[in-house]
Amino acid sequence: MAEFNAHIPEGELTEKWTKLRSSMPLVNPANKRSIEIIVVGSGLAGASAAATLAEMGYKVKCFCFQDSPRRAHSIAAQGGINAAKNYQNDGDSVYRLFYDTIKGGDYRAREANVHRLAEVSANIIDQCVAQGVPLAREYGGLLDNRSFGGTQVQRTFYAAGQTGQQLLLGAYSALERQIGMGKVEMFTRHEMLEVVVIDGKARGIIARNLITGELERHFGHAVLLGSGGYGNVFYLSTNAMGSNVTAAWKAHKKGAFFGNPCYTQIHPTCIPVSGDHQSKLTLMSESLRNDGRIWVPKKKDDNRKATDIPEDERDYYLERRYPAFGNLVPRDVASRAAKERCDAGYGVGASKLAVYLDFKANTERYGRIEANKHNIHNPDYETCMRLGREVIKEKYGNLFDMYKQITGEDPYELPMRIYPAVHYTMGGLWVDYNLMTTVPGLYALGEANFSDHGANRLGASALMQGLADGYFVIPYTIGAYLSKELATKPIPLDHPAFIEAEASAQAIIDKFFAIKGTKSVDYFHKKLGKIMWEKCGMARNEQGLKEGIAEIQQLRKEFWSDVRVPGAADEFNPELEKAGRVADFIELGELMCMDALNRNESCGGHFREEYQTEEGEALRDDENYAYVAAWEYTGDVTFALHKEELKFENIKVAQRSYK
Amino acid sequence: MSTGNMNLTLKIWRQKNTKTNGKLVDYKLSEISPDMSFLEMFDVLNEQLISKGDEPVVFDHDCREGICGACSMFINGRPHGPKEGITTCQLHMRSFKDGDTIVVEPWRAKAFPVIKDLTVDRTAFDRVIAAGGFISVNTGNAQDANSLPIPKVQADSAFEAAACIGCGACVATCKNASAMLFVSAKISQLAQLPQGQPERYRRVQSMVAQMDAEGFGNCTNTGACEAECPKGISLENIARMNRDFLSAKFVSEEDI
Repeated sequence: MAEFNAHIPEGELTEKWTKLRSSMPLVNPANKRSIEIIVVGSGLAGASAAATLAEMGYKVKCFCFQDSPRRAHSIAAQGGINAAKNYQNDGDSVYRLFYDTIKGGDYRAREANVHRLAEVSANIIDQCVAQGVPLAREYGGLLDNRSFGGTQVQRTFYAAGQTGQQLLLGAYSALERQIGMGKVEMFTRHEMLEVVVIDGKARGIIARNLITGELERHFGHAVLLGSGGYGNVFYLSTNAMGSNVTAAWKAHKKGAFFGNPCYTQIHPTCIPVSGDHQSKLTLMSESLRNDGRIWVPKKKDDNRKATDIPEDERDYYLERRYPAFGNLVPRDVASRAAKERCDAGYGVGASKLAVYLDFKANTERYGRIEANKHNIHNPDYETCMRLGREVIKEKYGNLFDMYKQITGEDPYELPMRIYPAVHYTMGGLWVDYNLMTTVPGLYALGEANFSDHGANRLGASALMQGLADGYFVIPYTIGAYLSKELATKPIPLDHPAFIEAEASAQAIIDKFFAIKGTKSVDYFHKKLGKIMWEKCGMARNEQGLKEGIAEIQQLRKEFWSDVRVPGAADEFNPELEKAGRVADFIELGELMCMDALNRNESCGGHFREEYQTEEGEALRDDENYAYVAAWEYTGDVTFALHKEELKFENIKVAQRSYK
Repeated sequence: MSTGNMNLTLKIWRQKNTKTNGKLVDYKLSEISPDMSFLEMFDVLNEQLISKGDEPVVFDHDCREGICGACSMFINGRPHGPKEGITTCQLHMRSFKDGDTIVVEPWRAKAFPVIKDLTVDRTAFDRVIAAGGFISVNTGNAQDANSLPIPKVQADSAFEAAACIGCGACVATCKNASAMLFVSAKISQLAQLPQGQPERYRRVQSMVAQMDAEGFGNCTNTGACEAECPKGISLENIARMNRDFLSAKFVSEEDI
């Protein structure tokens, strides 16, 4: 069995990272030049790692399935990035960011990792600003902040509703600079299909050139996966159409344990599904909850227009249930509360699966402030709304436009209709403190790993983690491994392990074309998504999960006997790409249900209906489940559970309360 | 699976690969819902083609929310279709009428060769960025982010230029297939920030040289790029780039 040790450094929490970093073995500049590193994925984690490692002198090969590294899905992150800068003088600190993140994750994350994340958070902002990332500023020329869920300080840095885009373009620029200098070799439109393991260590990958269809062998002294999350297992999610689990799943099948697969984040503020044709869901940034109030009618099946429902007939249920945090409770709490209201019959819109996100109160408030600024005394309602709309437009204009485009409704006039949707996966490849998986030399970064968010991720923390891993963690921790690899010469590509890995990737492709079935890949993907959403979605129970597992196993059989993949293997063939990804999603879906079934408690995004408080809040079982579930692949879609016990030495574990 | 009542005729560019010639092929689609996005309409078409044993239409797309810049359809003679300020994936069928004929072509430019059907190769853009679209700061070099105040107006203007998604609509719509709007957006973003000053003139020279080497055409100020840009990138950026390019000629070699 692979080694299974979190390698958390000894010593005080606040000293662990500093001490480790200064005692980490180094690789001298001359040796770095002869060490090759493969990076799969070019999002925030992958691009920042590839650029930084190349700056340090390593030879880097970077792969992405998109036509350009700039299109990785990090680009779609809207709201912001957290950092413990305390620029707002509101009592923020590294400890507070650490505490909020552990609590937000419902006490299911590793203390040491999260503290390190909080420590380097400030460096990320410095680095990005130095790169020319245009973060929002105040008139004084200094950086602006806003609030996000699960915190009571303003520590979120942002660039309108396009923070992910700006941060990714910063990392992309840094990466392109290294490409231009010849220090990174970039492979766009390439998809990793196998990890090559030699003598127990990751030594390379098999990648398919998506244009020619050719399978290529690539050697690396180490392989880094920054390949993102697996939310698309649900078919409908806020992920990009191409986001997939394939790289991580192939690594899993080669010995990398998969951590907490059932921890899925359902984001509370997405545009509701409008019909069967729907191919993806669009997020409305959490930042909107700064100024939007969430409500449903007090009366069941109230079909009046939102604006016709008087104030005293509205139920601002988040403010009612959670007065301390109100509309800014963490995502899991907000999502469950929306589901609860809709299930109880208070939902709005045609599908009744939606709640209102209303900007009227704050538009009027902003309008009043503007009127004051312009010396308009006792402004009437219309004036306030007109002036307030300008302020709202400045803050969220692009999001409002996006909403109007999709729904055909004007959110300046009517409240938005929103409903929870799959957004992010906290689970991922299990990694130790150094971000190494259970396969030596194979690392996982960003959303692809499981490490920092526990059972629920706080808003504006994904960008922080992706960049922390890539810019500030892996460049140090990889030295510990590579310093022992100096004697390893590049392994010839005709080594039996490369030949075997390529043959196994080829066999899967051949199998797809041999089936000649009757149903498209999307048909199976949609079916899988429906099972996952119903049985392993926002609320789960034992019976449903058992049914889900059986249905997925049946679906897997059907897929492998009836899928139709058109075209050929030696050409640009997106249907073939999708087939490979959906095959992996089907296997992962089964593991997610198993993990959810195993975890007889509710925590964060994992809500088991059997385990809730009288008030309907998640009921954890710290005595029996304060562990990371790390699953080992034992062949033929079977898995074995290993447990990494979580020790809380610096934070008192308590029931999470946002009341 | 469709639930609507729109009937459409599509004329779609089909091309097997870079080496072969392509042509427009007609397809009939019925029961299209006005709530579908344009790409979801293509999903319906492809589903039908697959079930008939035909090859689906290949097109680039990914985020389907207007930010990744992957989608790139030339619809009825306009990049990203008839509406302003949006990408193809944000276009919805309610912008069309029952009975419409819709012509869909790929981006057409020498520097963007067709890979297959509606998919083109836009890696020329990456190479232009690699030539100088960055600030040379290694990880770990940075000072405190607030040690360098930047006036809000300037920061906002840099942000507006930085909003470019690299989709290539500007090139596709330009009769010269010029990439000046794309290139100038990056140059303009960095030229307006204090961090971008040390490399300002070197940057404009190397990026423009790479742009020319890629085979993009010249700018003749027709303004089509600005009109069709889904992110509203302003023509002023081109003026700023031209000023910097000219200034660079007068700056001594040591300063570049």
